[in-house]
This record gives sequence, C-alpha cells and structure tokens, in this order.
Amino acid sequence: MDFNYTEEQTMLRDSLSRYLANTYDFDTRQKTVRDGKGWNPAVWTAFAEELGILCAPFSEAHGGLGGGPVENMVVMEELGRAIVLEPYLNTVVIGGGALKAVGGAIADELIPGIIAGSVRIAFAAYEPQGRFYLNDVTTTLKAGQLNGHKAVVEGAAHATHLLVTARTGGAQRDGAGIALLLIPADAAGITRRDYLTVHGTSASEVYFENVAVGDAHVLANDALPLVERVVDEATVALCAEACGVLKVLHAQTLDYAKQRKQFGKAIGDFQVIQHRLVDMFMEVEQAVSMTMMATLKLDTPERAAAVSMAKAKVGKAAKFVGQNAVQIHGGIGITQELAVGHYFKRATLIENQFGSVDFHLSRYENLTLAA
Amino acid sequence: MDLNFSAADAAFRDEVRAFIRDSYPQYLNDKIDEGEEMAKEDFLAWHKVLAGKGWIAPAWPVEYGGTGWTATQRYIWSEETARADCVRLMPFGLSMVGPVIYTFGTPEQKAKFLPRILSGEDWWCQGYSEPGSGSDLASLRTRAERFTGDDGKEYYRVNGQKTWTTMAQHADWGFFLVRTDPTAKMQEGISFLLIDMKTPGITVRPIITLGGEHEVNEVWLEDVIVPVENRVFHENKGWTCAKFLLAHERTGIAGVAASKRSVERIKQVARNTEDGGDPLLANPFFKRKIAELEVDLAALEYTELRTLAGESSGKGPGPESSLLKIKGTEIQQRLTELALEAAGTYGAPYFRSMGEGDNSFAVGPDSARRVAPVYFNMRKTSIYGGSNEIQRNIIAKMVLGL
Repeated sequence: MDFNYTEEQTMLRDSLSRYLANTYDFDTRQKTVRDGKGWNPAVWTAFAEELGILCAPFSEAHGGLGGGPVENMVVMEELGRAIVLEPYLNTVVIGGGALKAVGGAIADELIPGIIAGSVRIAFAAYEPQGRFYLNDVTTTLKAGQLNGHKAVVEGAAHATHLLVTARTGGAQRDGAGIALLLIPADAAGITRRDYLTVHGTSASEVYFENVAVGDAHVLANDALPLVERVVDEATVALCAEACGVLKVLHAQTLDYAKQRKQFGKAIGDFQVIQHRLVDMFMEVEQAVSMTMMATLKLDTPERAAAVSMAKAKVGKAAKFVGQNAVQIHGGIGITQELAVGHYFKRATLIENQFGSVDFHLSRYENLTLAA
Repeated sequence: MDLNFSAADAAFRDEVRAFIRDSYPQYLNDKIDEGEEMAKEDFLAWHKVLAGKGWIAPAWPVEYGGTGWTATQRYIWSEETARADCVRLMPFGLSMVGPVIYTFGTPEQKAKFLPRILSGEDWWCQGYSEPGSGSDLASLRTRAERFTGDDGKEYYRVNGQKTWTTMAQHADWGFFLVRTDPTAKMQEGISFLLIDMKTPGITVRPIITLGGEHEVNEVWLEDVIVPVENRVFHENKGWTCAKFLLAHERTGIAGVAASKRSVERIKQVARNTEDGGDPLLANPFFKRKIAELEVDLAALEYTELRTLAGESSGKGPGPESSLLKIKGTEIQQRLTELALEAAGTYGAPYFRSMGEGDNSFAVGPDSARRVAPVYFNMRKTSIYGGSNEIQRNIIAKMVLGL
C-alpha cells in the first residue's frame, strides 16, 4: 500500500497549480463567464500547448504521459481549486476514457487530437426522462439513422465530437441493446438549444433527427458496461474536482472567520463557529480519502461499489461544506461579489452530477447489500 | 499510489492468519457470547500468547520490544485480529503509559516497567480525571508534596481523588497526573507519577455503569507515599506527557477493523431477522442506514490509512488523530444503535452475567442478548479520551489556528 504521489505526479500538480494561480484568478474566470460562451478557447490551447496537461492520462504510444486515474485525480483537484470552466472532464476523462477503452484505429486517430486541443468531446448520454440512469435510453439508432433528444449536454456548443448512447434494440430501460457512438458535432440532422449552466459553463439540449451514422462512428455495441465504467472514472474525477472546490471553500471561510469581527471579536473566536469549521474540515478530509480510495479501486472488481460510496460521501460533503461556507460568510456569501458563492454553486452542481447521494447509496445497496 | 499488498505483505497476512487460528484462546469468545464475567486472567490470556510470540506491541520501537512492522503490516494485523474476533487488549500499558515511558522515561524506568508491560505482569490503570476535572483536565487538584524521608531519600505525599479509572480493580500500577506546584497556573504545575496500586492509602471503589458492568472506579489517595524516581519527565512538566499520551491514545481509537467486523455481524443478523415477512436487511430504511454507515466507515478507514502513511513518513500522530477519534466513536455508537434496533423487542430482556452452563433464562435470539448493555456502555466512547467536543477544540486550535 502506498498513498504517495510519484515525482511526475507531484510535478504535474505543481505546474498546473502554479499556472492557474498566475493566470486563472477569480476575476479572469468571471470575465469568461460574462462572455457567455462557457469557456475560453485560449485557456484550452494553453492547457494543450504550454502545460501539456491534456496528455496526462494517455499512453506514450498516443503521445501521452502514460498516466491514468491518479493523473486525472491530480489534474481535476487543481481544476476544482480554480473552478475551471474548460472541458477536461468531458473531453479528456470521458471522451478520452471511452477511446482508450475501445482502442483501435479511432483511438489512434482522435487521442492525439485531444492531446493537441483540437478534438473536444461532449458526452450526450443522459435523457430528459432518464435522470441519472444510463440504461434509460429512448434515443434510437436504426438502419444507420440516429433519432432522439439528449439532456444538458455540457460543452456541446464547443465540441468537435459528441459521444452518444443510442438504443439499437430492447426496451427503454434494458441494459442490453445500447450502442456507444462518436459522431461529428456538426453532422447533418443535429440541432441544439444552447444555454449556460448555473455555474457558468455552456450546455445544450441536443436533438438528433435522422442523423446518418456509419459503422465507423459506432465505438461499441451493447456498450452499457463500457459506458458505466467510463462514467465511474468520470465520477471519481468529479470527486477529485469536488475536493479542490471544498478545500478552497473551507480555506476561504476559515480566513473570513478569522477576520470578520462582531461583538468586538473575530467570529472565529466563537466556539459554535469553531466547531462548524472543524466539522467542515472533517468532511473535506473524508472526501479526499474517499476520492483516493475510489481512484485506486477503478481497476478492481469493487469499482462500481467503491465509486458509489465515494460519490455519496463527496455529495454530502459538497452540500455540508458549501452551505456552511455561505452561512459563516453571512450576507456577503449570497452575493456574486465574493468567490465563495461561485465555489458554492460548483459544489452544489457536483452534488447531483452523475447521480445524487441517494442514487449512489441505492446503487451501492444493490451491488452489495442483498438480503 | 497503490492499494495492493506486495507478495511479502500477502505472505505476512497468511502467517498472521495461521498464527491466530492456531494460538488464539477461543474460549474467551464463548465466555463473552454467554455474557459471563471476564476475570483478570481472561483479559490477559490473549495478551500472554502474543507476548510469547513477540507480537504484543507492534507500535513500539523495536529496541523496546516492538515488532518493526511496516504501516501496512500493522494494518494487516489489526484487520486480521478483528476478522477473527480476537478480544481487545487492555490499552493502559501497551498504548498509553508504555509509549510515555519509552519516550520520556529514565533508563531505569524503561528497564523496570517496559518488560513487565509487554509480558502482562503489570496491569496498569490511568489516573487522569477527577470529580471536578473532566474535560477541563488541567484543573486537577490531586496534590503531591515533596519531602525528604527518614531514609534521606526524596518522596511525594499524594492526596486527592481520581475517577472513571477503568479496570483499576485489577491494576498493579497506575499512572497519575498530580499537582506538584499549586501556585503555577493550570498546565504548568502538573507532574506524571507512576504509583504502585498496593501502596497504603489507596482505596478503589467500583462505579457501576448503565449496562450493569463494573469497568470504572473511584480511586482515593490518602497520604500515599511515592518515591521521586517514579516521576516520569521533569517535575511540573507532566502535561507534556499527558498530551503525548492522549494523541497516542487517539490513533488506535478509530477502531476501524473492529467496526468492520461489527457491521458484518449486524448485516448477518438483519438477514436472519424477519421484518413484516421479509428479511430486515430488505427493509429500505434499515438498509439505507447500513449503507450510510459502511460509507462513513470506509471514509474513516482511508483517512486513517492516509494518517498512518503520513506517520510512517516521519510525522508523529498529530492533532488530525482527533478526527479519527470523533468519527471512529460516532461509528461505534451508530453500530450499537443498529444492533439494538435489529434486536427489536428482544433488546429489552436483561440478563445478569450467567454462570457457566446456566442459560435456562435465555430468551430470544443469542444475537440480541447483549445489545442493550453494549449500547448503553458505548455512550462512553464520545466522552472518554477527551470528549468529542474537546477533540473539536483541539482541531480548531492546532489544525485550523483558531
């Protein structure tokens, strides 16, 4: 057993952390949000060219660093610390993860593009009626034609490709008969309704109407197990992002409690505030532990149960730390003025992304607690 | 980063398993299951087997009798002993005063006391709390006045009262916090004394707790004469030892392996207990509580592993161990709640400890028999070792700088 980062992983973390501290301050981020596109292409180019972080989890044969889940964890935590808007999770973790899993010519073709920053992938799997259930798919692929509606597809507006689940057979919630497709985002027959999310990224309702899909676009048939694995990897990466977000929420709140004076002393002198900050600290530490645990179990038979445990714990931590950060800040915490409110928004969205606390507890129960 | 055991660790695990299978005194568990009173020699039976093997103090430095195990091996050891339901070892010598003596003691103190802690020859108790000094431990009032005896040697005369002294009824020795400078403020005037419990002037009186058990005692000290060489570390600097000991006590206190074993047992009971015609474990509300507990237990386990990894890379047990104490004891208490809930109406019957073979009054399932006393007993965990509120104060001050 070993809980230490390698030298390369430490360097990756430090260089990204330094870069974001120097270039991705809160005001710069908010300017991107105000621009309304949901991302800043120049940042993405810098990630690819200056920092080279987009290659972190890919094999050396594809031009990557030869890393994997731990590298994604390192990167995502740092991105969380700066509440970065750009689509590492969707493009590198999910898109890249699916391509790594299927391999072959299409991986050889597109992974170098991801690393270069020219290929960006949005994940079009969830549907309006399907909530968090990846098997609940009404989008159909029949006779080479794709039809359906995918919900809240983050980054679709600036993606080059869409990673889509579609039903080739079976009933609406069957596990079997779901194909995983990777299609050009500008294919004929795709329409989008674009909007911004609560925390400033872009997302879209994506509609497919008789979109022509050739065999070359089908990454895998009967792909639900593959999709679940990729989403588990993404869920853990999201937990790592949450750890970054929560660490900053706690640090900012601690600072504020030491400075803000009421009744003639710092509010951090009051025991009720001290204990709340300790409870937040303990939630953050446990979120970090669970993220590490699940990251290290991604390639084991316990993967799904471990990921759901982690997401359940991190989801609760996100709510507890986020809400209490705002509470301790008082009125200023509910304004747009301070960063803390924006970290709170990100934490809140993470809570339900890839499944709520209840969803993951139920999944864990179904996997391990048979009566 | 890697969670896997190396081949050497896997071999170690097999060795530990075989040793426990061949050497553990299994009669202890039958006694506990039957609710029989544990005698002093019962508590020591497993201790002595381990002492014979040289595995009694894995956490100690090798030079004082430790095993030299890696953090991973220690983790394996605690997992395997819990998996096999081994009784817990008394912590007062092994985890509390032992580390204080090898860290702060004189060569003579080390030579005299450490081997007898390892062998189990001396049973220790802890004289910290007083009726007026619980969470505010540093306000303690037991006095030790120094004087020169007729033999020309230096002694302390100790007067005062200690309380919540666990297992003092069996103790050969006690480690006591006493006030040696009544003029100094709070922590400044306290010394750490080792006192032979057979010294004239010591009276031990039982306190019976909610589950009906006699674990804790009052200890009265009246003109108890203690040689000065039984003081550990400097006069008036005993608080340093006290704090060190509390931090040490807190790391083992998470109790992860035992709680994992305990949740497995409750799940087994819930599978075999009917609840409206279905197994209790199929009840969505009960099942959700189990799931949440397992999630929290995993979070505790991996937080402890991270802490241990930090320790083996050179940092001692720090104030982070307060987190382990808080979360570990919360989980231990939730487990007793679930066990009591699973027992249903059969949580109510109360069995005084029964003599051997005398189970004529037993009613309900065996699994229900001790759940209520254990539930009541385990309320202590969030109170002892520095209450969970005090642990929060420690984190606030030492980690958060508040």
